[in-house]
Amino acid sequence: MFCLSKIYNTQFLNNLKPIIEVNHVWKEYQKGIDRRYKSLRDTLVGMPNRLLGTEKEKFWALEDIDFKVEAGESVGIIGRNGAGKSTLLKILSRITPPTKGEIILRGRVASLLEVGTGFHPELTGRENVFFNGSILGMKHAEIKHKFDEIVDFSGVESFIDTPLKHYSSGMQMRLAFSVAAHLDSEILLIDEVLAVGDAEFQKKCIGKMDDVSKGDGKSILFVSHDVNAISNLSQRGIILDLGLKIFESNIIDALNKYVEITSHNRNISLNNSPRIGNGIVRISQICISSISNETSSFLKPFDDVNFSIEFAYNKESNLREIKLDLGINNLAGKRVTWMTAKKFFNDEFNQSRKIEFIVEKFPLVPGEYTINLHCEVNNQIADWIKNVGEFKILNNKYFDTNLRIPQGQGDVQLQYTVK
Amino acid sequence: MSDHINITIIRPKKVFSLGIKELWQYRELLYFFTWKEIKVRYKQAALGIVWTLLQPLSMMTIFVLLLSEGLGITTGAVPAPIYYLIGLLIWNLFNHAVTHASQSMVSNANIIKKIYFPRLVIPISAVLTSSFDFIVSLLLFYGLLIYYTISEEIAISWIKLSFSLLIGYIITVFTAFSLGTFLSAINVKYRDVRYVLPFLIQTLFFITPVMYDTSIIKQPWIKTILELNPLNFAIELIRNNITNTTNIFWPDISFFVPMVIILLYLIAIVTFRKTEAYFADIV
Repeated sequence: MFCLSKIYNTQFLNNLKPIIEVNHVWKEYQKGIDRRYKSLRDTLVGMPNRLLGTEKEKFWALEDIDFKVEAGESVGIIGRNGAGKSTLLKILSRITPPTKGEIILRGRVASLLEVGTGFHPELTGRENVFFNGSILGMKHAEIKHKFDEIVDFSGVESFIDTPLKHYSSGMQMRLAFSVAAHLDSEILLIDEVLAVGDAEFQKKCIGKMDDVSKGDGKSILFVSHDVNAISNLSQRGIILDLGLKIFESNIIDALNKYVEITSHNRNISLNNSPRIGNGIVRISQICISSISNETSSFLKPFDDVNFSIEFAYNKESNLREIKLDLGINNLAGKRVTWMTAKKFFNDEFNQSRKIEFIVEKFPLVPGEYTINLHCEVNNQIADWIKNVGEFKILNNKYFDTNLRIPQGQGDVQLQYTVK
Repeated sequence: MSDHINITIIRPKKVFSLGIKELWQYRELLYFFTWKEIKVRYKQAALGIVWTLLQPLSMMTIFVLLLSEGLGITTGAVPAPIYYLIGLLIWNLFNHAVTHASQSMVSNANIIKKIYFPRLVIPISAVLTSSFDFIVSLLLFYGLLIYYTISEEIAISWIKLSFSLLIGYIITVFTAFSLGTFLSAINVKYRDVRYVLPFLIQTLFFITPVMYDTSIIKQPWIKTILELNPLNFAIELIRNNITNTTNIFWPDISFFVPMVIILLYLIAIVTFRKTEAYFADIV
């Protein structure tokens, strides 16, 4: 009795703990060729630089990633190329260690960064199933036990003793997927492997994996930029961008957010915004983009930022002078800064119909901001829109110190040196 | 859920650990790796396993013709073919194991980048694969011994010989593993290993008594170098125990041989373990 209750207790406690805990994980890589192998000559040539400490240009591929996955939960990690998804998955799979932070995995892990890892063309289907299964962490007895099931599932029974080189690529894929789908583990890490293979079989695999997840309380961590696959498999979504976790919520909200951020750089159409003014000239669009970091839709501290405001108006009107005020408020509604510009309706302006504010090394502290646009034409209010174009400055490393500004330390950050 | 829960904690790379326990957990993978390598190797060649026997047999013939017949070098109580064959077998074991192991990390890069397992599995399996060839070619060796006991009535102490073979094998494999593992770790970062290796192997061949006996070396310091070579010890140990003529089991062992073996092993393991964590990033 005593033993039984004790076992029950520990299991109960373990079930309470999240099955995956990612605690403040950072990963640093070196920029440029250094990530690849090099010849001795490169090292010797690089020696003087290294001694002077000037060579290494590093960047954070992941910064302070922090999340938990409960038992039985499926989480999708979304992000575009270079967001750090694959790096995160590699760290979770223990292929590469984190630079800082720690991950706790409570359960047996099966990691599928690729299907058919280690498949050899000279070996038969049977032999490849055994080797591949073993490499994925299955025991010999386990593979033997499941062998018929794996072969059945793949639908290549008649070729199982034929060398793999005589298989079509589709057949190889099916066999590889079958092995993967039969992995017995509490945690399943899947990369964008499902993007290949024929659609019918894909569905079958997703179904099998879904069974795995829902049936036995197993957890799946799924990495992709394929929105469809993610929404099929996951309940919760985490968005990564530029190595940062920028959003975490249920899968529907996460996918909406992802679609929003990937569809063009902060291009906000203002045609339906509530506004005041005589409407001779209307602000049609505002685009906030980072000049230094074109790939991102988010701003990093001290990015060079371009605020581009486009206007719609009828050229025939008697237009002389346009004055545009751009105010930036923080989320508390407090005005933190203000910019203004004055232009004449000359040919050049009529051509572009655009005013751009370019701010070098944008100095606001990380946080979310909204914009007020106030446009006067011929000294009369033409268009006035409040609280549009919400944008976010990521809480990123401060002055390359890899530190962050604590909360509540004012509105601006300074570029300073310490002597 | 399962009876016990496996907890894995992933942290920045620890300073140093041998990871014997983990390696033991992955023993099945080690078996499969070796099994796969052997299968693949013999599937691609039409004559398969015959090559494993043919290659030392032809080299032995050349040695006998050149050294015994041509130069008239005597090999004592041991018949020349047996004398040269065992040298060749030990040398081949070493040569293949080192070459194979040092390229193993790079040639398995696609697996290293996708799946986690203790990386030492790879060079160990390379060494075991070469051991398979050695064991197969021992058939040739024993066959030749049986031939000589019948035709020339040479007295062979089978137990002593087999025991010395086992020890000779262990010494050779251990040395090859150390050197191969060390080179495989270096090879991940510096592909220069590819160019250094043939030269290194050739140099080692000259200081290994495959074609000659250490006793013919006159110059003391050259003799010292030879005596530091663990392979020299392995080959002499076996050659000494082929016939019943000597009562001494061990050859004159230099105190430094075990030290050389252990030192090589430590250098290899430390180098490998230190760089292992980042193999996937740079390979």
